[in-house]
Amino acid sequence: MENEKQEFTITVYTENQVGLLNRIAIIFSRRKINVESLNTSPSEVPGIHRFTIVVVESREVVLKIVRQIEKQVEVLKAYYNTNDEIVWQELALYKVLSDEITEKVKVERLLREFGARAVAIRKDFIVFETTGHREETNKLMEALAPFGLVEFVRSARVAIIKESAGFHEKLKDFEKSEPGLELVENEYLGQRGNVFTM
Amino acid sequence: METKQLTGSQAVLEACIAEGVDTIFGYPGGAIMPIYDALYDYMDKLKHVLVRHEQGGIHAGQGYARTSGKVGVVFATSGPGATNLVTGLADAMIDSTPLVCITGQVFAHLLGTDAFQETDIINITMPVTKWNYQITDATEIPQILAKAFYLAKTGRPGPVLIDITKNAQFQSFDYEGYTICNHVRSYRPKPIVRKEFIDEAVQLINEAKKPLVIFGQGVILGKAEKEFKAFIEKSGMPAAWTILGLSALPTDHPQNVGMLGMHGNYGPNVLTNDCDVLIAVGMRFDDRVTGRLDKYAKQAKIIHLDIDPSEIDKNILAHVGVWGDCKETLPLLTMGIEQKDRTEWLNVFAGYAKEEYEQCIHEEMHPTAEALSMAEVIHAVNEITKGDAVMVTDVGQHQMVTCRYAKFNQTRSNVTSGGLGTMGFGLPAAIGAKFGAPERTVIAVIGDGGIQMTLQEFGTIMQTGVEVKVMILNNEFLGMVRQWQQLFMDKRYSFVDIASPDYVMLANSYRIAAAKVSKREDLVDAVTKMLAHKGSYVLEVMVGKENNVFPMVPQGCSVSEIRLK
Repeated sequence: MENEKQEFTITVYTENQVGLLNRIAIIFSRRKINVESLNTSPSEVPGIHRFTIVVVESREVVLKIVRQIEKQVEVLKAYYNTNDEIVWQELALYKVLSDEITEKVKVERLLREFGARAVAIRKDFIVFETTGHREETNKLMEALAPFGLVEFVRSARVAIIKESAGFHEKLKDFEKSEPGLELVENEYLGQRGNVFTM
Repeated sequence: METKQLTGSQAVLEACIAEGVDTIFGYPGGAIMPIYDALYDYMDKLKHVLVRHEQGGIHAGQGYARTSGKVGVVFATSGPGATNLVTGLADAMIDSTPLVCITGQVFAHLLGTDAFQETDIINITMPVTKWNYQITDATEIPQILAKAFYLAKTGRPGPVLIDITKNAQFQSFDYEGYTICNHVRSYRPKPIVRKEFIDEAVQLINEAKKPLVIFGQGVILGKAEKEFKAFIEKSGMPAAWTILGLSALPTDHPQNVGMLGMHGNYGPNVLTNDCDVLIAVGMRFDDRVTGRLDKYAKQAKIIHLDIDPSEIDKNILAHVGVWGDCKETLPLLTMGIEQKDRTEWLNVFAGYAKEEYEQCIHEEMHPTAEALSMAEVIHAVNEITKGDAVMVTDVGQHQMVTCRYAKFNQTRSNVTSGGLGTMGFGLPAAIGAKFGAPERTVIAVIGDGGIQMTLQEFGTIMQTGVEVKVMILNNEFLGMVRQWQQLFMDKRYSFVDIASPDYVMLANSYRIAAAKVSKREDLVDAVTKMLAHKGSYVLEVMVGKENNVFPMVPQGCSVSEIRLK
């Protein structure tokens, strides 16, 4: 079922450059692909940025997109992973009226059940935070809805690739004028066989 | 280290000199005035060609790059000057033409304020440049321009745009010299060649009974014409070309079986769906080449050589993807493949060629109708140039006919807008082509539609005295669209009837010699006179109004469903 649509998380290591976000974004918009979630942040390597992009697409399309992303001059490397290949979290904030919380025991139980943490407590409202997968943060949102959920917001996905050894060593290799195979290589070339350079 | 003070503008020109630039195509304006002011002192080192429109400038830069193999350099001002480059950037992007375009920009402190002639050219051009960058501080100029030239010409070439704010052009700074760039850590110009894929490809070729090589501009861009010839000759394989691959292999080479695609030759199209191994070299399976994808070469094993990893499997799934610079990969394949004689297989192509000649080409070259055909005009040119001229074309019927019938002996002789299909490309590109190859005869073949899109560039010809032979094939129609309307839209000729000025008078007003011919008996003389004339020349040739280009693969059809009439 290679061509069935599913969630893919694309991780892109880039130089920290003005305009790069747009260069990456237009690769999706050109093909009229909706980005489900997008996060940019520093990576484990100083000066190197890390994009985490979630799309629902077929593997074939994702493969082509990743190649186009990697082709951008200031992109060092792009990976794509299915959900079982990554560990990921999203953070959600919920604003609830204080009266509702203090008066209704059920709400308290709910918050406890979902492991929500209060990050701001005021006389008129309280802001809670949870982290988890989308279904988890969604559930609390749905549960709170009847009790006057004033505001809800969820962050983009951040994800760690289970198999990844990080980017420190790779970056050193990139800085050489004759980098090793693993870097020049896109993963889709396969891990087979010998290599030689001219 | 001793340093000297330079302005940003001077640093731009020093960079051009250090990169070996000899010609710049451009048009001044407010935001690029400091650079033009500096250019005044560099006139002895850098030739600047004043065009009549920035689009003309960038197409000239493309023509220059195509014939010379060097990076085309274009200057334009901010706002409209910069936006006028967009069509040329898109054209250069899709046709992999190396360009460095430098645009002026408003002062850095005015960015984002809707200042006079301010436009966000970085974001506008992002999808149509290989790389672009805005400089607001002069100290960045040497390093950024070095990177720009490096990126434009290495790997899969492409256009780069550098936008420089006016304050950076004025700014003086300690200039520490110019260092050519040869490494950008986030950029890999070419993939490493993998031996196992070479071996797999070699094995497929050696086992093939009916291999067909199809080649594109990659052979020319990789400067691998010799390596390509050695490759096909060793194994005796037929080779067919895309229009951007044209001239990489001499037209009369016995293994050159002709043109692929929509208006290509009969044999290569039909036999694409009959070969057992299809070897694609430096081409990207454009839809005009493949026709209907789900009926394209389904029976064949496909070997795809390309320097750009994102091209492999993009349109056609390759059984073996040979990634790398074909200058490196082709000799490795040649080393491995067996010497073979494939006369029998080549004869199959010859059979199709004969059929195409009888049913289509003969009538085109020797029409019984009174009106001249485009093919006989190109044939008349061939008779005199013997295939030594650079042929520049615009877009449309005349382009297909020229590519089909023109003869070429040497590489970098065919300049045309392939991927983008930019009408108006021909005239300015021909000017650039001549600057890129001053020792060669440059003939521009342009339709009556395309010429009217950029005919202001006659002014550039007039002023520079550049010698370009312009043939306007006038059928008083936007011919290609008319042909489609005739064939697929019940002859509903919607807005394709286009009037022309008196081109002879027009050319003369630009002090360019000109003539018009419409009779068969005058054709050869007229072409001879044009080519013998010292200086530029415009020859308007009246051709059959409703002539069509055949063969043709109708849209949505398979290449093997090609129609001869």
